[in-house]
Amino acid sequence: MLDKHGFLEKNGLILSIGILITVAIGGVIEIAPLFYLESTIEEVEGVRPYSPLELAGRNIYVREGCYTCHSQQVRPLRDEVERYGHYSLAAESMYDHPFQWGSKRTGPDLARLGGKYSDEWHREHMIDPRKLVPESIMPPYKFLAETQLDYSQVENWLKANRAVGVPYTDKMVENATSDLRAQLDPFSEDYDAFIARYPKAQIRDFDGDPRMISEMDALIAYLQMLGTLVDFETYKAEENYR
Amino acid sequence: MRNLQAKTPGMGADATIIGGFLALGAIYALFIAARAVDPLMGFHAYVFLSAFIAGMFALIVRATNPAPVDESGYQTAVVKAGVFASMFWGVVGFLVGVVIAFQLAFPDLLYFDDLAWTNFGRLRPLHTSAVIFAFGGNVLIATSFYVVQRTCRARLAGGLAPWFVFWGYQLFIVIAATGYLAGVTQSREYAEPEWYADLWLTIVWVVYLLVFLGTIWKRKEAHIYVANWFYLSFIITIAMLHIVNNLAVPVSIAGSKSYSLFAGVQDALTQWWYGHNAVGFFLTTGFLAIMYYFIPKRAQRPVYSYRLSIVHFWSLIFIYIWAGPHHLHYTALPEWAQTLGMTFSIMLWMPSWGGMINGLMTLSGAWDKLRTDPVLRMMVVSVAFYGMSTFEGPLMSVRAVNALSHYTDWTIGHVHSGALGWVGYISFGALYCLVPWLWKRKQLYSNALVEWHFWISTIGIVLYITSMWVAGVTQGLEWREYNEFGFLNWSFVETVAHLHPYYIIRALGGSLFLIGSLIMAYNLWRTARGDIRATEKQPATAHAVPAE
Amino acid sequence: MYELLASLAQTWGLLLFVFAFILVLIYALNPGAKDRFKKAGRMPLDDEDEDNG
Repeated sequence: MLDKHGFLEKNGLILSIGILITVAIGGVIEIAPLFYLESTIEEVEGVRPYSPLELAGRNIYVREGCYTCHSQQVRPLRDEVERYGHYSLAAESMYDHPFQWGSKRTGPDLARLGGKYSDEWHREHMIDPRKLVPESIMPPYKFLAETQLDYSQVENWLKANRAVGVPYTDKMVENATSDLRAQLDPFSEDYDAFIARYPKAQIRDFDGDPRMISEMDALIAYLQMLGTLVDFETYKAEENYR
Repeated sequence: MRNLQAKTPGMGADATIIGGFLALGAIYALFIAARAVDPLMGFHAYVFLSAFIAGMFALIVRATNPAPVDESGYQTAVVKAGVFASMFWGVVGFLVGVVIAFQLAFPDLLYFDDLAWTNFGRLRPLHTSAVIFAFGGNVLIATSFYVVQRTCRARLAGGLAPWFVFWGYQLFIVIAATGYLAGVTQSREYAEPEWYADLWLTIVWVVYLLVFLGTIWKRKEAHIYVANWFYLSFIITIAMLHIVNNLAVPVSIAGSKSYSLFAGVQDALTQWWYGHNAVGFFLTTGFLAIMYYFIPKRAQRPVYSYRLSIVHFWSLIFIYIWAGPHHLHYTALPEWAQTLGMTFSIMLWMPSWGGMINGLMTLSGAWDKLRTDPVLRMMVVSVAFYGMSTFEGPLMSVRAVNALSHYTDWTIGHVHSGALGWVGYISFGALYCLVPWLWKRKQLYSNALVEWHFWISTIGIVLYITSMWVAGVTQGLEWREYNEFGFLNWSFVETVAHLHPYYIIRALGGSLFLIGSLIMAYNLWRTARGDIRATEKQPATAHAVPAE
Repeated sequence: MYELLASLAQTWGLLLFVFAFILVLIYALNPGAKDRFKKAGRMPLDDEDEDNG
């Protein structure tokens, strides 16, 4: 009798398996359903994969650890919707590998940053945050304006994203390099093809220095598109209720 | 264990396997270094290569060394190395924390235009990883190696494998830390290292599990002591969490960048399932194992209720794993998952306090030791902090409270009451115990210095927690404050400006904690050397003499 | 599929949890094991210090 009850405490392997089953159950039951849940994977009109330049900017956003101070998730609370804009939809981050919702607002939420400030404001603000906002405690990012963007891997970025489920087409992958350049030049011959592939993409030289494609160009391109893809004039929340 | 059978090392099976593995690793690292598509991958390939070559060199030196090595008793050298590494990384991690705390208080002084690696965004992951994984991880590995040997009455299994775990883990830390500074990150909180560092850690972790289980298998006691259950759950669960959360597709096999397998909502839930349970199974069960061994041992009294410890164990790991979604209240996560997470978070309060009572009541009948033994006091206060932060945690998981606390410094304060108070103090207590035990010293160099450490750090923790609590609640309330005209009363940056005094207080609190750890490092160093402070040559506590 | 999994989590998942917890309670509190656990609790203490090395 005693020995039967003692088998758990006397057998390291059984104990290990017991632990593994215990901790695996919670994850399976809680996470697995989400992969079948329609509202987490449904498409909302307007949401599209990132353009190559936006993706390059997003890589910089990740690299610099912006998520340590900025969230990208507007909660459905009155003050947040008034301060930042429409609350965030699941579909808006459906192509975010990885997600950038963040967990701390040392600085403001950025989910709806796109279009709120001019490119020039962003550039000056990142070069010297306290010049524009004296109370700011943000670090300076002057080096972004001085560093050439390394986009030698841009095709592979798109391919890796496609491998994890982002619907980049063959054409998008093939033209990744020219698309990246086209987004910086409103007079390029690739304009029409580019905008057809990435509707609503903003096309201009973002850092005000056309001589060089800088990391600042890419980051501002990314910041200026945040939260702009879904048109909330036409979006009907009831149809997407969870 | 008495009969020491000395033998010359030579190349045993363990050394041959590890050596072969290192050789293969070195060839692979060289291959990657030659074809690296970005300079950071090239740099890290060379770090791996140097480490592998150094490892092979160490094996050769050992094999050709004619001096006999005693392999009959307990394996203590690797525990000693772990104590040293813990103290070192602890001081580094606390120091980086103090630096970034001052950056937020005085941004003009501590940011530099051309030094990208000194920015908050790069240093913050360095701080969190250094304290959690470098400091905490080394404490857990060292104490688990010590405790499993003692409670199984068996030498660590695997010959040189424990050394592989130790050095492999340090290599992971170096790769992760240099990566953060250079901008190599997955941006997954507390799981920032990129895919190749994750793969390396997986290998190290599996060997760690095998060493631990192997030691349990060859034990000379019928029963597996409960501390080992906690260690085992820590090792197994962290392996599971680490693998699932870090699933990613690298851009190139010779490049540092990867994209996570999951996106958006699924990715967020996976990450916080990981993040929350890393707190549960790294920072809680691992350190509870320390509590269940070191407090009874130091107090020379068995744990208050062994049965409670079993209930504590199973209910804790049952409930903890479910609580993750409370990190995602009011987000795009479905509401039922949020509610489930909240419910289990509140239930978690029960086993947590069961464990706290078990730890505290172990001292019943010996409360006087708190007065005379500052090390024991440190551990008991740590359990009290555990009780405090496990009370606050469920409270903050309630949706209405979370609406206020989330995204603010309240969370930071909560985390630090657990990290500085619970994890920090129980680790310090264990290290203060281990150094005299391992180096066979009758007492610490100075108990008075432990008192200084204790009081300076405690003041630091109190300053830290209270300032962050006030800062968080203040800012949370200001964000939602409306003026008489129905408009938001504060712009965002105004609420930031209001935090300035609290950020200064926090930085001071952190500095005190850092100073305390430096005092400790000095004290332990002198203890290991065998010094005893001139005025303290009396045996200060009874712990060296078994009570029975 | 989602409905099924979600309802499973909220019914059987919970039931399983309660059942397993009762098993743990029986195991830990069964009166026959009292002495064994008492002995187990002394394990860290019944360990001679001179074997430190």
